[in-house]
Amino acid sequence: MIEVQHLTKRYGRVTAVDDVSFRVEPGEILGFLGPNGAGKTTTMRILTGYMPASEGRATVAGYDVFSHPIEAKARTGYLPETPPLYPDMTVREYLDFVARIKRVPSGERKARVDAVMKRTRVDDMASRACGKLSKGYKQRVGLAQALIHNPEVLILDEPTAGLDPKQIIETRDLIRSLAGDHTIVLSTHILPEVSQTCQRVVIINKGRVVAVDTPDNLIARLAGSETLYVQVDAAGADAAAALALVPGVTRVAAADMRPGSGAFEVQSERGRDIRRELSREIVTRGWGLLELRPMRISLEEVFLQVTTEETPGEPAPARPGGEPASDQGAARVEGEVPGA
Amino acid sequence: MRNIMAIANKELRSYFSSPIAYIIIGFFLLPFGVFFYLYLTAFVRQSLQSAQFGGAMNINQQVIRYVLQNASVIILFIMPMITMRTYSEEKRSGTIELLLTSPVTDLEIILGKFFGALGLYLAMLAVTLPYMGILFYYGNPEWRPLIAAYLGLVLMGGAFVSLGLLISSTTNNQIVAGIVSFVVFLLLWIVGWFADSAGPTIGPITSWLSITEHFDDFSKGIIDTKHVLYYLSLITFGLFLTAKSVDTERWRG
Repeated sequence: MIEVQHLTKRYGRVTAVDDVSFRVEPGEILGFLGPNGAGKTTTMRILTGYMPASEGRATVAGYDVFSHPIEAKARTGYLPETPPLYPDMTVREYLDFVARIKRVPSGERKARVDAVMKRTRVDDMASRACGKLSKGYKQRVGLAQALIHNPEVLILDEPTAGLDPKQIIETRDLIRSLAGDHTIVLSTHILPEVSQTCQRVVIINKGRVVAVDTPDNLIARLAGSETLYVQVDAAGADAAAALALVPGVTRVAAADMRPGSGAFEVQSERGRDIRRELSREIVTRGWGLLELRPMRISLEEVFLQVTTEETPGEPAPARPGGEPASDQGAARVEGEVPGA
Repeated sequence: MRNIMAIANKELRSYFSSPIAYIIIGFFLLPFGVFFYLYLTAFVRQSLQSAQFGGAMNINQQVIRYVLQNASVIILFIMPMITMRTYSEEKRSGTIELLLTSPVTDLEIILGKFFGALGLYLAMLAVTLPYMGILFYYGNPEWRPLIAAYLGLVLMGGAFVSLGLLISSTTNNQIVAGIVSFVVFLLLWIVGWFADSAGPTIGPITSWLSITEHFDDFSKGIIDTKHVLYYLSLITFGLFLTAKSVDTERWRG
């Protein structure tokens, strides 16, 4: 449905997108993942015909976006990073205008506007001016705008940015429900979003594609060791050292930044189950075993591995528990992927 | 065509759903009314004198002409306010991304914006028609020169809109667009002042360049193709360069 071949975009001397190629099959949700400034937005802007590429080809719904831009655009719905709303227009007026320029036949226009307002749950704000909406509503009106002409392809640039956790879940459900009828490319830097909504992931860093696979495969491919989450109480300061002495343990790290919490991440050799030894050690030392569970390597770690220049196979950095990013607060909570 | 209409309609609505349209029209009507009053009372005084001493009076040449010539200067001051936000506001707020990723061509967007801004300008001119109605009610002016004068105003306004659109398309700051447009329009007006002092070779050129000078004949009720062509070519020139400017912006990203 979408085919991108050797796409390159240069701004003067800066190369924003460098030889990017990928395919999206009909009905699929593709996650476009990368740190800020990796070239996600640029790639999406090229796909939507907002700007031309310096080199390479991109086809959307069978139409080349450079040689047949109008046909390609008519089949694409696009939600830019900032929802493109006119502050003076009411939600209904705005969607009606978008429906006009997106070639929705005049007879169906009202019904379409009503349908997308209902689907994105903005119908209660239909006669409110767009400029007076909250961030969450603006984002959803932006999504409604992208859906108005029932496009084959949807390109969503950070569709959950600025939403509260409840709205994030609702938006993800909405996006998932759109798959099948629509082919979706969504970009995000929130990792759990990808494992929850996308069938395939393209990880992009510094303009280059560094990995393309399903979220599960990526995790499996890059997991170098097995990690257990252990929490004990009444442990002394030497607890970490004591745990490290258990046979099979390769590395012990504090799982919690607060001192004395007694939570540790214990890594072991691959394929070796050390739970029995570990719990026996803890019990014989007279500590209370509060929690012991296997941790899967999370997509965060995969992401950090492929986007930072570390040799793969090296122990993945600990869960980014102390990560400073504040807007990922909600995501981080869900990011703690517990084991099966 | 449908797309042009949709965009023009949107533009026009955005003028009227914010205070801009009302401020602009009010700002135009105030000096217009003052000029109208001054020229009309002068005319009435003169006609009383001419009743005593004889002499021909012509309301078209002595009221309408001067009022509309002065109006053309007020329009010059007001036009930047109409055009400054057309492109720059969309670029600043990111809504340009919606237009450029919709199945509409650049030309349709440009023409839509052109007719939208022209629509507000026509609304502004329409509000002056009641003044003319007063003249028709109490006097008997000729309507054909009046039509010619209004045609001139429309053409001149079109030229301003087209140039304003071009300037707005080069920046995402509407204040910058407004100031630059204002300076450019002002230059296109005062360049005509050098006509007398510039000598026989440069003089005709400067007066030919002046955007308001070309309105002179229209205000007398003369439709001269050379002036019509001047305005039409200025409009085309502005729209063409706007298309180039939008395209360049797109490549630069």
